[in-house]
Amino acid sequence: MSAAESVLRVRDLDVRIPTPRGELHAVRGVNFDLRPGEVLGLVGESGSGKSVTLRALLGLHRKPVRVTGEVTYGGHNLVGMPERKLRDVRGAQISMIFQEPMTALNPVLTIGEQIRENLREHRGVTGRAALARATELLDLVGIPSAATRLADYPHQFSGGMRQRAMIAIALASEPRVLLADEPTTALDVTIQDQILRLLLRLREQLGMSVVLVTHDLGVVAQTCDRVAVMYAGRLVETAGVTDLFRQPRHAYTLGLLRSLPDAGAHRRPLRPITGSPPDLRDAPRGCAFFPRCAFGTDACLGAEPPLVPLSGERATACVHHAQLPAVGEVLV
Amino acid sequence: MRATYVLKRLLQIIPTFIAVMVIVFLLVRLLPGDPASAILGDRATPEIIERTKRELGLDRPIPVQFLLFAERLLHGDLGESSSLKVPVLRLVAERLPVTLFLTVYAAVLGVILAVPLAVLAAVRRNTWVDSLIRGIFQVGLSLPVFYVALQFLTLLGAKLAWFPIGGYGEGLGGHLYHLFLPALTLGFNLAAILLRTLRSAILEVLTAEYVEFARSKGLKSAVVMSRHVLRNAMISTVTLLGLNVGALIGGAVITESVFAIPGVGRLMIDAIFGRDYPVIQGLTLVFAVLVSLVFLVTDLVHARLDPRVEHA
Repeated sequence: MSAAESVLRVRDLDVRIPTPRGELHAVRGVNFDLRPGEVLGLVGESGSGKSVTLRALLGLHRKPVRVTGEVTYGGHNLVGMPERKLRDVRGAQISMIFQEPMTALNPVLTIGEQIRENLREHRGVTGRAALARATELLDLVGIPSAATRLADYPHQFSGGMRQRAMIAIALASEPRVLLADEPTTALDVTIQDQILRLLLRLREQLGMSVVLVTHDLGVVAQTCDRVAVMYAGRLVETAGVTDLFRQPRHAYTLGLLRSLPDAGAHRRPLRPITGSPPDLRDAPRGCAFFPRCAFGTDACLGAEPPLVPLSGERATACVHHAQLPAVGEVLV
Repeated sequence: MRATYVLKRLLQIIPTFIAVMVIVFLLVRLLPGDPASAILGDRATPEIIERTKRELGLDRPIPVQFLLFAERLLHGDLGESSSLKVPVLRLVAERLPVTLFLTVYAAVLGVILAVPLAVLAAVRRNTWVDSLIRGIFQVGLSLPVFYVALQFLTLLGAKLAWFPIGGYGEGLGGHLYHLFLPALTLGFNLAAILLRTLRSAILEVLTAEYVEFARSKGLKSAVVMSRHVLRNAMISTVTLLGLNVGALIGGAVITESVFAIPGVGRLMIDAIFGRDYPVIQGLTLVFAVLVSLVFLVTDLVHARLDPRVEHA
């Protein structure tokens, strides 16, 4: 795919976080492209670097966190761009929504105020026009009696409505890209489903691209067009969503899929991935997944395997990608 | 809803008022000496002292004295000063505005000092700027108010002669000029208290996700700081401010003495030395009501800042 096609182009993204016990290399050489109108899932366990990656895209990390690499949007590299110029991108071109709307919404400002401050900043819209637009936005995200609810504070909304309100705030200036950090994790299943449908509808209506960070493969299957699997700060596999679920090409992805409860007719025991991800204060020797991998051999050690393209749109960093069994196949 | 809450809170002042009334009535009578001897001096004969006591009504049994005091109070009469021979209410009316002016002035200076410096200290946390700001106020907090007052007087009043060393002045400008040093003394102390709380509140709020959300909306740093960070950080600080302003009203005694300000603090000291029971009682009751009102206003402001607070 050529660079011209992508809305957002990420190259060699690195994030280093100093900690009292040494530097944490949280994101290590991440590359991906976000195409117009697609939903790209960024999947991995807690601590794999998904959220850190997402925040790096918008330049939200503050000193002493160090971000290097390229995040190209509209012909400009957002990494290292001065705050003043970044502000024109944030909220206007690229918006972000968070996992827990209760903590991501300011408790002392009304929902209306939190929408209008975005409009004032990016569109110069104030007064009646802003009020009308804010009502329209709450309507768009499916909040009933939108006009009256603008005066409500976040604590007066239910969990699902709060998440809708947060989406309305993020979409106020019609961004081209929405970064969603586990937007449904804090919600119960039925509400989760509604919010995901809402995101898909808004993607159609507004022609946005979405980067959806989640650890929930069910959410990925329901929502995403493409998936990037992250492990220990690196992308280990990228694929179209159907391809990925049909035949994973990385031992870690296979492990994730096997640890998923199957709603289907025949029950099989869940296979959790044993062990835990490596400590990223020390660079892993060879493949970072090796210590937890059932397929590991000496070939996995040595240099860390790079993400290499396979046929079609796929890429994997697994040395043994050709030998991996299908998800349902019983291991010997 | 809010009106009934305010009314309820105002009614709650009544029991406080009654308790203070009883306690102060008994306490003044525990002071060694009595008003008659204090007025007449050492050379007075026992007969004259007895006569004066009778005139002041101090010869009656204490329960009777209390009932008389309470009855007059119900008619809005605080009695007459035993030493100055003027109604206590008139004395309070003359002196109270001075003290209130000083208190508000000090509170305003305290907030003006504390808020920007707390923001600066929080934003530049763990740098020399932070250490300097916290260091200065830590020292300020550990020094007694009268000592800080004397240092300001010596340096800014006597040596540099930028500000007068006492008095109240004429007109608003005069008041502001004459009361600057005492207000700065009290305000500095207040700022030291507020700064600590506000700085840590800001640091806490800065890590809140809604601040990150605000930044992700592309708002200016100043807007993020004032609308999102400070609005939330002020919630806890406002309560602290209210408590301390309440204390300032009562604490004006020392500052008013050092700076020779004709406020109720000075009046109180003179009344105590003169065993002027009616003035001590009257002033204490006025302080009690004022402090209760300050706390009520504090709670209202707190509820205003934090919509999650329900008036219960």
